[in-house]
Amino acid sequence: MGEILLQLKGISKHYGENKVLNNVSFEVEKGQIVSLLGENGAGKSTLMNILFGMPVIHSTGGFSGEIYLEGELVDISSPVKAMELGIGMVHQEFMLIPGYSVAENIKLNREVLKDNLVSKVLGKDFKTLDAKKMNSDARVALDKLEVGIEEYTKVEGLPVGYMQFIEIAREIDKKNVRLLVFDEPTAVLTESEAENLIKAMRIITQSGISIIFITHRLDEVISCTEQVTILRDGALVANKKTSDTNIVELAELMVGRKIESLKNSEENRAMEMNDIILSMKNYKVGMPGELVKGIDLNVHRGEILGIGGLAGQGKIGIANGIMGLYPASGEVLFNGETLNLNKPIESLKRKLAFVSEDRKGVGLLLDEGIDINITVTSIQVNNRFLKRYGFFTQLDLGTIRSYADGMIKMFDIRCTGPDQKTRRLSGGNQQKVCLARAITLEPEILLVSEPTRGIDIGAKKLVLDALIDLNRNKNMTIIMTSSELGELRSICDRVAIISEGKLAGILKPNDSDAKYGLMMSGKTDIPKEVM
Amino acid sequence: MSEKLKSTIKNIGIPRFVIVTMLIVIYIAAYFLKLNVPRLLSDNLVRMGMNGVLVLAMVPGILSGTGLNFGLPLGIICGILGGLLSIELQMTGIVGFLVAMMCSIPIAIIAGYFYGKLLNRVKGSEMMVGTYVGFSIVSLMCIGWLVMPFKSDAIRWPIGEGLRTTIALTDFYDKVLNDFLQFTIFGVTVPTGLLLFFFMMCLFVFLFLRTKTGMAIRATGSSNKFSKASGIDVDKSRMIATVLSTALGAIGILVYAQSYGFFQLYTAPLMMGFAAVAAILLGGASAHNAKITHVLLGVFVFQGLLLVALPVANVIFPQGNLSEVMRVIVQYGIILYALTKAGGGQ
Repeated sequence: MGEILLQLKGISKHYGENKVLNNVSFEVEKGQIVSLLGENGAGKSTLMNILFGMPVIHSTGGFSGEIYLEGELVDISSPVKAMELGIGMVHQEFMLIPGYSVAENIKLNREVLKDNLVSKVLGKDFKTLDAKKMNSDARVALDKLEVGIEEYTKVEGLPVGYMQFIEIAREIDKKNVRLLVFDEPTAVLTESEAENLIKAMRIITQSGISIIFITHRLDEVISCTEQVTILRDGALVANKKTSDTNIVELAELMVGRKIESLKNSEENRAMEMNDIILSMKNYKVGMPGELVKGIDLNVHRGEILGIGGLAGQGKIGIANGIMGLYPASGEVLFNGETLNLNKPIESLKRKLAFVSEDRKGVGLLLDEGIDINITVTSIQVNNRFLKRYGFFTQLDLGTIRSYADGMIKMFDIRCTGPDQKTRRLSGGNQQKVCLARAITLEPEILLVSEPTRGIDIGAKKLVLDALIDLNRNKNMTIIMTSSELGELRSICDRVAIISEGKLAGILKPNDSDAKYGLMMSGKTDIPKEVM
Repeated sequence: MSEKLKSTIKNIGIPRFVIVTMLIVIYIAAYFLKLNVPRLLSDNLVRMGMNGVLVLAMVPGILSGTGLNFGLPLGIICGILGGLLSIELQMTGIVGFLVAMMCSIPIAIIAGYFYGKLLNRVKGSEMMVGTYVGFSIVSLMCIGWLVMPFKSDAIRWPIGEGLRTTIALTDFYDKVLNDFLQFTIFGVTVPTGLLLFFFMMCLFVFLFLRTKTGMAIRATGSSNKFSKASGIDVDKSRMIATVLSTALGAIGILVYAQSYGFFQLYTAPLMMGFAAVAAILLGGASAHNAKITHVLLGVFVFQGLLLVALPVANVIFPQGNLSEVMRVIVQYGIILYALTKAGGGQ
């Protein structure tokens, strides 16, 4: 066992009522690559924010637990302090200035200065940059990473892979750096670039620097790390030597959870598998950050289809594309007829309704009352709730109000009355308003994205129960997109897993955790013993 | 007691409370300075009616999300054009006024259409672009007024080329609305027709906002993303609102002119947009939300302040120059104050 560099002991953190980290402890040895593994929302980012003393931690009441660096108890109160202690971070988004040269970016805010006549009189703010020294320092850092770019080229226009290396070069150029955190560095890289990066990480560790490597690509974990720490729902589930484990076990540990059974034990309903209501062929959506890169998927009439996958892989894009909110292409057949994409009104008229994942942006008119929010789409699409006077129409406020009252009762929306502005409602109640608006359209297919994000557990259950009820009693076909696998597996008939913009596979709710974990990580060649 | 007062003030909004209090204080000062208060009140009502429709023109723009319509001079010029046409056709009285409206509305619709097209291309900076549209059209029309082929002697200079800077309406439709059913009570003259016309326009806009189209416009202003997801054509909603706003501007200037007694050409319309913007903001509107009540309150208070502050200042500072300086300070001071409340004066 080598010398311990970093030791986290009993770290807990909660945001308000919500416990995001629960008694997490782990260690990093000197010169070791430790991988931190977990689904979205498992607590990885919070843990790293604590390690960096980010203001978001301290402004929400701090955390409990202790951090030791080389055996010494340290108090990381701010990012500056973290830097002084030698903790560096390579960001997922590139924090580089395009118009500056590579060397200037590497040396940003740590420029090498030299005296001149003016500075001797007016002080150090007037010193000149020592360009030669800066370039040679940058060269050393770049050479260490074995990157062939010239230090004087501008960052602008460099390929994405190189930008990542410049970020890393900036971190290792800091003289005292002891620990580097890589936050999903390979997510934006091509395969060969990712290989280069992993090679570079190995080189860095040879000089005694330790690395915490955050990723969800399991094969990378296996190939380059010595130790794996797995978080799930804010708790530490395993701390293993990489050599003692395998990809299947990791997947299982990452996903595994009890399936809360909401469905009234009528498992595996007999589905009319030939009756296809919606069919996508080579379907692509250009939603920034959630690109869908060509999917073939059929939806059966009467089912609840789940769409799962990790954030940024494209699962969110599918529903948004069908509703015409982001540019989509490919062939989509609805009830056997072509659906004209990129026309929201057409999708709505053909009886598709959508509950958006962006509740406050797309889902609600925050400054209008609940009644208007529930009815506005039906007013526009189906001319409901209107009185006609020749050419002139007027909103039928009486009907709107009584309809809204009915919905408020049905969904148990907690409010002061139907005219309360939705801005003042809690997240769960806002979600119920969105759902009420969608079903007012009387859709054949209801698309629901992240229906339980950011709402409390009671409201969660109510929303999911409502979905099941709509499916069973009103025969609505439901396509539910969610980051919470447990939720998908508890109410869906089938779960499609999306990885890197493509369909990785379709699973049954009772398939093994390992299968889910592997598919989400983009592994298509699933080992036999798992199948 | 003080708690109750506080909550009342909060309901009204502090800026509105300040400005209304100021108006009341100035009226009281006018009384003690032995100014003719009933006369001032009559004038206040007239000014409210004559500027009201111009202020009302702000509402569709604000609600559709294009913000305060600083391009109002565009609508004003369309209105003046219609008005001149009716004079050219020798129309007088209420018929003349109606013909002026009939002529100006189609012009305003066409101009509003192109203005709307422009605003749809500059999403996010509509107010700045609108300001310059207003400035540009006024400057352009300074040339236009010189070369337009009007024949009527009332419109042309008697000698030389071009149209007069002010065109008297005495022989046409001077005060047709003001004088309709006008009556005097406690020394206050109420311009019934003028106010009725203004309230009718308000009612029209109110009802329009409760139609399907009006609902779409409101939704567009609240959230573009929501509207798109609800199948609303965002650009079309903004276009309709801009056209409506321009048309209201055109009607507004006709109402203004018949009360004032003159059409003012050339650079006169340049700053009229700002006064309308200031009035609706003082009434409690923001760049994103406006109600008809904001229009009513705002135009009364803003015009009242301008109107009453001047004679009061005149008495306090008898030197001729100073009172003119005071007038400018008061007018732009109020506009500046109103603009600081554009984010929502609550």
